[in-house]
Amino acid sequence: MSEFISPVLSYSLLSPILVVFAGAIVGVLIEAFASKSIRPIAQISVAIGTLVLSLVQVWRIRNSGSTTAAMGSVIIDGPGVLLQASILIIAILAVFLIADTENFAAAAAAIPGSPEERESIARGQQVTEVFPLTLFAVAGMLLFPVASDLITLFVALEVLSLPLYLMAGLSRRRRLLSQESALKYFLLGAFSSAFFLFGAAYLYGYSGSVSFDGIRNAVIGGTGNDVFLLIGIAFLSIGLLFKVGAVPFHAWSPDVYQGAPTPVTAFMAAATKVAAFGAMLRIYYTSFANAEWSWRPLLVGIAIITMVFGSLVAIAQRDVKRMLAYSSIAHAGFLLTGVIALNKAGLDASIYYLFAYGVATVGAFAVVTLVRDSAGEVTDLNRWAGLGKRSPWVATSFATFLLAFAGIPLTSGFIGKFSIFSAAYESGSTAVVIAGVLSSAIAAFFYIRVIVLMFFSDPLEDATSVVIPSALTRITVLFSVAITIFLGVFPSPLLDFISNIAIFIR
Amino acid sequence: MNYLTLIMAIPLFGAGFIATLPQTKSLLAKQLALATTLIAAVATILMTIKFERSNTALQFIESYDWIKAFGIKYAVGVDGIALVLILMTALLAPIVVLAGWNESEGGRWSTKTFYILILILQTMSFGVFAATDVFLFYVFFEAMLVPVYFLIGGYGSGERSAAAVKFLLYSLFGGLLMLASIIALYVISGEQGGHTFNIAALSELEMSSTTQNLLFLGFFIAFAIKAPLFPFHTWLPDAAKSATPGTSVLLLGVLDKVGTFGMIRYCLALFPEATKTFTPLIITLSLISIVYGAFLAIGAKDIKRLIAYTSISHFGFITLGIFAMTTQGHSGATLYMFNHGFSTAALFLVAGWMISRRGSSTIADFGGLQRVTPIMAWTFFIAGLSSLALPGLSSFVSEFLVLVGTFTRYPVAAVIATFGIVLAALYILIPVQRALHGPTTPGNENLADLNLREKVAIAPVIAVIVLLGFYPAPALNIINPAAAHVITQMGFIDPAPTHGGK
Repeated sequence: MSEFISPVLSYSLLSPILVVFAGAIVGVLIEAFASKSIRPIAQISVAIGTLVLSLVQVWRIRNSGSTTAAMGSVIIDGPGVLLQASILIIAILAVFLIADTENFAAAAAAIPGSPEERESIARGQQVTEVFPLTLFAVAGMLLFPVASDLITLFVALEVLSLPLYLMAGLSRRRRLLSQESALKYFLLGAFSSAFFLFGAAYLYGYSGSVSFDGIRNAVIGGTGNDVFLLIGIAFLSIGLLFKVGAVPFHAWSPDVYQGAPTPVTAFMAAATKVAAFGAMLRIYYTSFANAEWSWRPLLVGIAIITMVFGSLVAIAQRDVKRMLAYSSIAHAGFLLTGVIALNKAGLDASIYYLFAYGVATVGAFAVVTLVRDSAGEVTDLNRWAGLGKRSPWVATSFATFLLAFAGIPLTSGFIGKFSIFSAAYESGSTAVVIAGVLSSAIAAFFYIRVIVLMFFSDPLEDATSVVIPSALTRITVLFSVAITIFLGVFPSPLLDFISNIAIFIR
Repeated sequence: MNYLTLIMAIPLFGAGFIATLPQTKSLLAKQLALATTLIAAVATILMTIKFERSNTALQFIESYDWIKAFGIKYAVGVDGIALVLILMTALLAPIVVLAGWNESEGGRWSTKTFYILILILQTMSFGVFAATDVFLFYVFFEAMLVPVYFLIGGYGSGERSAAAVKFLLYSLFGGLLMLASIIALYVISGEQGGHTFNIAALSELEMSSTTQNLLFLGFFIAFAIKAPLFPFHTWLPDAAKSATPGTSVLLLGVLDKVGTFGMIRYCLALFPEATKTFTPLIITLSLISIVYGAFLAIGAKDIKRLIAYTSISHFGFITLGIFAMTTQGHSGATLYMFNHGFSTAALFLVAGWMISRRGSSTIADFGGLQRVTPIMAWTFFIAGLSSLALPGLSSFVSEFLVLVGTFTRYPVAAVIATFGIVLAALYILIPVQRALHGPTTPGNENLADLNLREKVAIAPVIAVIVLLGFYPAPALNIINPAAAHVITQMGFIDPAPTHGGK
């Protein structure tokens, strides 16, 4: 029996993750012991404070690369730090939206339409467990892109997914739809986790190691059984592609985007994508880099299908949240070109794109939360007609995000698209670039259609109203607009910052 | 002095000022817009005076790093060709503001927004002609779609939102093709000595002929949509019909020139070999545009569509002149761009006044206007004559130069293009006869003639048309050296005339 070796942890480097875990646990305690009256404000303060503190920690460790932060299970390096910072900024913006509890069920566990539910509404209960849940998800997301072995990666995947499954079911209106989406997300997510584990097992069989570095060495050594490697990469990829919503593993995302409370959708759409692509970039750029023959052609195919399918199907959507869901599928395809690029430019471009896209996505969903009628949010696009007339600023903000998604110059989306496509072209993947450019043209069609609807159509009779945004929601929208335009006009500081520190260490 | 940045900044400042005004002060917004465009025009004229005509290098050069990571610079500079187009833009802007004093009133949004959009568009038009960095050019090229889109969709008439969307989608599609080519250039430049978007550096890249051909097409299709050349022209009549007259002037007079300007500045300079490969095809398309546009114009029943169709024919001439690859052809094409700006402005503005008085844009609804509104009728007539290139009016000089320049290299093409002139007489004189002459159509007896504001707006346009018709030297002196320079750079020598010349 071997001697037990106590683990050596570098608490300083792990502090961004640990702070958020601690905040989440404090949130659970508040939920259990604090009186009902102070609970909401306490939860919001804890959540925001935790996230800001974590962001400060990320800034502090930005230049300290290390492979031994947690016994070789976590790598802190430039890309990891950048992605963590992106996740935290997005999470702060999303928590601002979640703070508007109007969107959340009073008692999530009650069956829709049951007496318990009516009673809880009548008593004016407010759900506040969403804050610790968010923090747990954020903690998982922070761990996901810095994990450096398959076990840690899997743990991070589950930690970030489980709270999200719950949060998807918290919507106040249309409870059934919300619960259906939560169940769907949970079941499909569980399937994909199983695939992920299956792939991890094969990779272990191939390399005799679960660490990324061990797998990489086995790939370079080339002595293992290539069939195991192929099966391992394929199944692991399914698990990751499911999380980013790439075709053909996208089926959950329109339903979940639509059913989940909009602030949760904002959080999920933006932050999950950053985390999942972060992990993908790390594993493909390090472990699988020397086996590119085995995954690149397939990923090229998936990227092309994802871009084209997302763009085409989005045209037919009549619901703004579903449209944004398909748009996010198309963007997953664009982001995959960054993975395919497999070069430094591709890494830099992906990180930039993830941040720019994430901020614009949170902003866009923030606007969705503002357009309401007496029965709650209005997501039917037809009823957005004439929004530009009644609420010019809200409509202009939304138009800015749409233009960024469409990649119009002077928005962050354009720089992102340019950099990611040029990286892919540089690596010789011309087909992806052409497909990307063409699907951008298709995608422009439906983004513009919404702008037409908002600005050039006359309002319908049963006018929807735009609520006066709460201060926090206002901050989210304004900040997102400012970032989207600033990164389009002066992208240099961020681009230089990324390119200086974004180097994977092994 | 940084003239180019200055003239780009002036309209932007004006727009900023107007943005701070309260919604109700629409008169002040108009006055501020007029003042801003006048100041920009004066600054541009000063710049034109300072311009060294014999110097073929780029002038008023400025260059600052913008996005260092990609080697993108804010780099501007003009040669003679770019300068006349900037001058045209600067001169047309105050005229458009003054002529369309009331045209913002039928809009979905306030007057203030209208002028902010116009001024932003002006800045971007200057930028697109002045940029010497391909990326910067692309940014202006795409970003200027946004104000035009809102100008058509927000202030136009009829099927305005459909027309605006059609315009935007066509342009975006072309723009994205160009983006693919730009990405390829960027990557190739990176392989050959460092990422850059500088036109001069890019023109020295080594490329296989297949690559060159594909990249050329990416640029050319974008420009052909913009110009517009047959078969990419179908968006133009709808957009021109729906837009306000002032917007139409900016759309056809300024924006569409970006297409033909881009062909000279980018297609020819960056891909000389591919240009030679595609020249026969493009000359054929130009000839089809000339004749087909003219026939469409003859058949047009709507006055705004008519002007749009005549422009398709005219753009055929411009493209023909560019791809004839002779100095006269290029000078003629550039002068044509300048003159077309003014003759189209005259046609659209007067047509706009006729339409707003009559409340209809159908040609058949007019008739005998000469008796009721003689001044309006005569200005329309002169504008029409300029459009059909009557000797003594400015368009004649440019059309003649294009034909001469084409004939020395492609005689058959020149002969076919000459038919365009005959057709032009038809498409102008038939509507002139229907709308201006003959008995006054019932309902038109009480139309008002041009008021003072309108006369002041149209006078400079007519003056330019007549002056440059008799004495084109001031414009040609600026254009010629630049045109000759482009031809030499391409490695062409002007063919000697086969007869005479002794």
